[in-house]
Amino acid sequence: MNPSAAGTWDEFMEGVWRQNPVFVMVLGMCPTLAVTVSVVNALSMGVSTMLVLIASCGLVSMMRNITPKEVRIAVYIVIIATFVTVVDYAIQAISLKLYDALGAFIQLIVVNCIILGRAEAHAAKNPPLPAMINAAGMGIGFTIGLLALGTVREVLGAGTLFGVTLFGAGFQPWVIMVLPPGGFFVLGAWLLFFSWLERRKLRRRQAKLVEATQNA
Amino acid sequence: MTEPSEPSVSAAKVIPIAVAGATPPVPPASPTAPMIRTLGLVSAICGLIIVGAYQGTYDAVAANKRIATERAVFKVIPAAQSIAEYVALPGGGIEPRVGAGDTAPGGVKFFAAYDAGGKLAGIAAEGGAKGYADTVRIMFGYAPDCQCVVGIGVVAMRETPGIGDKIITDKNFLANFNALDVKLKGDLSALANEVRAVKHGAKTSPWQIDAIAGATITSRAVGRAINDSAQVLLPRLVPNLDKLRSKS
Repeated sequence: MNPSAAGTWDEFMEGVWRQNPVFVMVLGMCPTLAVTVSVVNALSMGVSTMLVLIASCGLVSMMRNITPKEVRIAVYIVIIATFVTVVDYAIQAISLKLYDALGAFIQLIVVNCIILGRAEAHAAKNPPLPAMINAAGMGIGFTIGLLALGTVREVLGAGTLFGVTLFGAGFQPWVIMVLPPGGFFVLGAWLLFFSWLERRKLRRRQAKLVEATQNA
Repeated sequence: MTEPSEPSVSAAKVIPIAVAGATPPVPPASPTAPMIRTLGLVSAICGLIIVGAYQGTYDAVAANKRIATERAVFKVIPAAQSIAEYVALPGGGIEPRVGAGDTAPGGVKFFAAYDAGGKLAGIAAEGGAKGYADTVRIMFGYAPDCQCVVGIGVVAMRETPGIGDKIITDKNFLANFNALDVKLKGDLSALANEVRAVKHGAKTSPWQIDAIAGATITSRAVGRAINDSAQVLLPRLVPNLDKLRSKS
């Protein structure tokens, strides 16, 4: 891989894994907990957020050289709100049922700190292409996070996946999983899992280091 | 304190350093013109994008809304093939509803549903009442011949999954709406008997709704939604039924 491609890949993977907005940065928890009662909701919320993220980071980045710092937040918010409105109309045109299921959380993408954070921390300092690639990575990371919650909650809470029944008629849905407390339980379990992974990696690295020193 | 000049000198020395340390090289404030230019440009671009999105999706959104309403009406009046929207006016009387704007204050929106032959198959109207979690909004079908409610469908609710949302699946509960009596009094001013949900198993009259055991609050909300809406709509609608008999 040549260095520039490696840089791009790094830019992209930052949001998908290393700085995953849900599991590492723990940002945007409001939609994460509220709409992940089913896989379809989680997926559409994730994709909507990603589209807003990519489009607004692109535009913020294009305007970065003519945006005086005093008015930058206002500019970001106007740009983000615009793309949220576009996505809002698009979802209404695609499916009203989905629109009702996602409720106010579509409009609330405007105040999702992941997007404002990306605009301020990355898009405002980088050319459009890297900014959009980074935004796409973040968006995919966010979508993965939502899907991780949505899958567990739908399977346990309703016994279905993408609306398809998984278990026989004898399955008694674990209803609390699709209620708000279930969101916290599942999020907590995932955070535990990821920090366990992180710990394990750290311990292995330390063990290797100790081994290397002993051998030397 | 003995030498007044010393602290002032050290202060004069310290302060510039502290300022420089707190806020690294501060460029002078931007002039106003670029700010106005940028904000104006952003507003113009964003305005164009929003107008474009609105225009581009308007037809699809309107079609979706119409389909959603039709589906809800067809569900409560299975014989229906087409619908027409009407408004029942506060002074009595009805008029066709035109455009997509809000209804006149005090007016009640309802749908006249026609069968394949263009004859009136039933009336559908919406009602809402506070349930366990939020307002339960329902659509109910009214059959003029038996003066009864012949079906309900849920338009929107946030009731507890597995408990309150049984109102759309529980067969015994839905059987209440095969012929729920909503006859008017002799002078057509109000319902002869108030529609209400009673405790599970306590239903004695055709205007009562047998509540779902364990979901009494949601069942009551359905009863109140039908009652409140029928009390307002039917006194205005029934005297005018003849105008709706066949499709205009």
